[in-house]
Amino acid sequence: MENSNLSEPPLLSVEDLHVSYDTPTGLVRAVSGVSFELGREKLGIVGESGSGKSQTGRAILGLIAPGGQVRARRLEFEGTDLLTADLRTMRRIRGGGISMIMQDPKYSLNPVMTVGSQIQEAFRVHSKASRKEARARTLDMLRAVKIREPERVYKSYPHEVSGGMGQRIMIAMMMIPEPDIIIADEPTSALDVTVQLQVLAVLEDMIRTRGMGLIFISHDLNLIASFCDRILVMYGGKVVEQIRAVDLAQAKHPYTRGLLNCLPSLDGGQDELPVLKRDPAWLASPGTTP
Amino acid sequence: MAAEQTLRGWLLAEIPESKLQARCQRIFISWLAFIRNPVAVIGLLIIVGLVGIAALAPWITSSDGLEPDLANRLLPPSSEHWFGTDGLGRDIFDRIIWGSRITLYIVALVSVIVVPIGLLIGTVAGYIGGLVDTILMRLTDIFLAFPRLILAMALVAALGPGLENAVLAIALTTWSPFARIARAEALTIRNSEFILAAQVQGVSTIGILTRHVTPLCLSSVIVRLTLDMAGIILTAAGLGFLGLGAQPPTPEWGAMISLGRQFLIDQWWVPTVPGIAILVVSLGFNLLGDGLRDVFDPKSGG
Amino acid sequence: MDQSTASGGQTVGPGLALPSKLIKIVGVLTSLLLTFIGLTAITFVIGRVMPADPVLAIVGDRASQEVYDQVFLQLGLDKPIYVQYFRYLSQLVEGDLGTSIMTAQPVAEDILRFFPATLELATIATLLGIFVGIPMGVLAAVHQGRWQDHIVRVIGLIGYSAPIFWLGMVALLIFYAKLDWVAGPGRLDVFYDGIVEPVTGVLLIDAALSRDWEIFHNALSHLILPASILGTFALAYIARMTRSFMLDQLSQEYILTARVKGIPEWNVIWNHAFRNVLVQLITIIGLTYASLLEGSVLTETVFSWPGIGQYITNSLFNNDMNAVLGGTIVVGVCFVGINMLSDLLYRLVDPRVR
Repeated sequence: MENSNLSEPPLLSVEDLHVSYDTPTGLVRAVSGVSFELGREKLGIVGESGSGKSQTGRAILGLIAPGGQVRARRLEFEGTDLLTADLRTMRRIRGGGISMIMQDPKYSLNPVMTVGSQIQEAFRVHSKASRKEARARTLDMLRAVKIREPERVYKSYPHEVSGGMGQRIMIAMMMIPEPDIIIADEPTSALDVTVQLQVLAVLEDMIRTRGMGLIFISHDLNLIASFCDRILVMYGGKVVEQIRAVDLAQAKHPYTRGLLNCLPSLDGGQDELPVLKRDPAWLASPGTTP
Repeated sequence: MAAEQTLRGWLLAEIPESKLQARCQRIFISWLAFIRNPVAVIGLLIIVGLVGIAALAPWITSSDGLEPDLANRLLPPSSEHWFGTDGLGRDIFDRIIWGSRITLYIVALVSVIVVPIGLLIGTVAGYIGGLVDTILMRLTDIFLAFPRLILAMALVAALGPGLENAVLAIALTTWSPFARIARAEALTIRNSEFILAAQVQGVSTIGILTRHVTPLCLSSVIVRLTLDMAGIILTAAGLGFLGLGAQPPTPEWGAMISLGRQFLIDQWWVPTVPGIAILVVSLGFNLLGDGLRDVFDPKSGG
Repeated sequence: MDQSTASGGQTVGPGLALPSKLIKIVGVLTSLLLTFIGLTAITFVIGRVMPADPVLAIVGDRASQEVYDQVFLQLGLDKPIYVQYFRYLSQLVEGDLGTSIMTAQPVAEDILRFFPATLELATIATLLGIFVGIPMGVLAAVHQGRWQDHIVRVIGLIGYSAPIFWLGMVALLIFYAKLDWVAGPGRLDVFYDGIVEPVTGVLLIDAALSRDWEIFHNALSHLILPASILGTFALAYIARMTRSFMLDQLSQEYILTARVKGIPEWNVIWNHAFRNVLVQLITIIGLTYASLLEGSVLTETVFSWPGIGQYITNSLFNNDMNAVLGGTIVVGVCFVGINMLSDLLYRLVDPRVR
């Protein structure tokens, strides 16, 4: 099991996680036996739609849609068992221990509340701060995510800000209660390429200065390879490969290799971009465990 | 059984081989989705029941419900008169059964008037757009702005009471939403590529409207019609209650309630039973409409 | 239908820039005007369609030819149709709704006398619909698929599937005749008639103003049943729409965000989801109030409530076309007015539309 921080215990331990849904057409297994550990590092989970990567993130927070069932041999955060934790403990952990950034601020921010009040709320749920303190902290956070006119943005509504600013607001909102882990679910997929880099820079800065753990979920292998320390490749609800980002070129699983081969390179050398050939055997195998 | 298997297989085949098969498949799949909702099925059963008793009326009634029988006035429900008798001694059960025909008549007549008008105005407005659209939508909005029952009352006041006039009045006040729905669908469709293809092929505007646009608007309009049907029946009953619909001795349910009103306290069954009939039919349409909407347009409701 | 541009202004003519807000207001007013013209056109046409001769209605059928001709000219019936319509419109704008054949009073005055009773009913019923219907709808949405949801849906279904006049009758039978919990038809016991000074026309307010609590209690006792019947209808609709809106909001991403932040569930429901529903509910409440004005026609008949519904119905039976049309226009205008008001309110409250 490769973990870059062997000196301290992992923040999050996931063992044999299963998420399944009971649908009229039968049982749907979204996640089938995923295991990994997370320390104060950047872990990327890459996979296509339906691979179960988002569901893994939601399962950790206990926010699976109704009708879904979560089972695991172990699901622990800083010593607390997330499977048996009561509602009050979970609410403390959400935001205060583990937080999540979602894909599109157009939909993930409350349209009828001002930006400032939403961020403030995240702070006051986890502390007994007064409104004045909360406002001051919110303005500080807005500055920390490189928003230039924090007072103006504080008073504005989500539909009045651009996508990139909305994601930075999201980051501010999710970082303000000072969690130890942040899960970023496709945080840049809805943004233009130039804005993506800005947002990622802000994200990395905050994670580094606070020494947090990051789970970065994306379908973009290139992005994850350049941003994260370790990579989890998911397919069909299972982890098919766990590898360090620097070792990515030596990936062994045919699915990972297939993904790598599909990526066009600027140096050229390819007449035709190969198409990934899916082997049904990948779904049948139990997936890797650390 | 082998024959059943091949029918089901034909209906569930991956690739349909004829237009008929494709259409049957679509209907079958919608049907499967529909019956998953037990409440909607209840609605369907109620409406089927309504049609059934209307059709079988001559055989399940013992009289035509019109002849007075003053010797047997205001009898309570019994084995001989299941729902008792009314102020003129007529069997209420029989009158209810015959009244179901009137209800169906109203339903059918209003639908036949309202759907074509709504589709016509809506599709033309949505497809052609521009000034035509603005004018037609103004017209639609004006009728939409009117309170339905009151406008119907005013119309009946001008035309005189009677079942057909009441139906006309109701139709004139309920066509607006359908025009709006048809227009919305037409707007969405008119920029589609298959419409462009038809135009390039030289199909006339009328041809496009009738063969391409209208069939696509039909399902939304029918769902809305079913949902509105309960309201139409209630409005008709209201007009009947006010004496503006079917005239006596016709056993229209709303009129029956009005006639029985004076007996409310001591012979409660006389005005109460027709109301239950209206309630059940209205409920049936509401449940059916909800079920249809869940199948065809699940986003728009709970 | 909105032809104004997005944010920013619009140039009209040679370099004349108008703020978009002004354009929007003009648009709304034009729309209102056109609807009003349309409404009056319809009532005018209805008035002309009737087979009864308006002259005969005034002079009676034993008048001489001279009198007939005189009244014919007086009513302007010899002029072309559009002139007659214009005359009709100008009378309306002045508030002249014609004279009632029944009471020989100006229709406008009669309507003014009867309207407050209907307003009273509709208002209380709407309030009931709001304060009972909304929590019901939220409850059903939050517990979707479970027994709370089913009960709310059943109540709602019965509420708007039942003929309202029948419901009123059954309620009278049970609560007045059999249980004697409330007073019977009418607004007030005959005993108390005419005692209270009619300041607003709304009995409850007038009685409270003169501190006559006995009459207040009696008025309330008469009001409660018809208001509850209308209110059931209102709450069925409001609960159903609230449920639908809430279900829609609860499946949105920002609700997940709120839960991720660790906010307690009741806060997520009321402070986050419901706030987004509130805006849509304004339109619904407006629609409900407007349709209650209409629904009261039948309820007033059952409860002998002297409101505008009764007025129109009675005029109808007496072939008093002026009164019927006058009442129709008044209700129609209110209808349009309420809808327009709620639309305006919606635009004010929703930050996205501003």
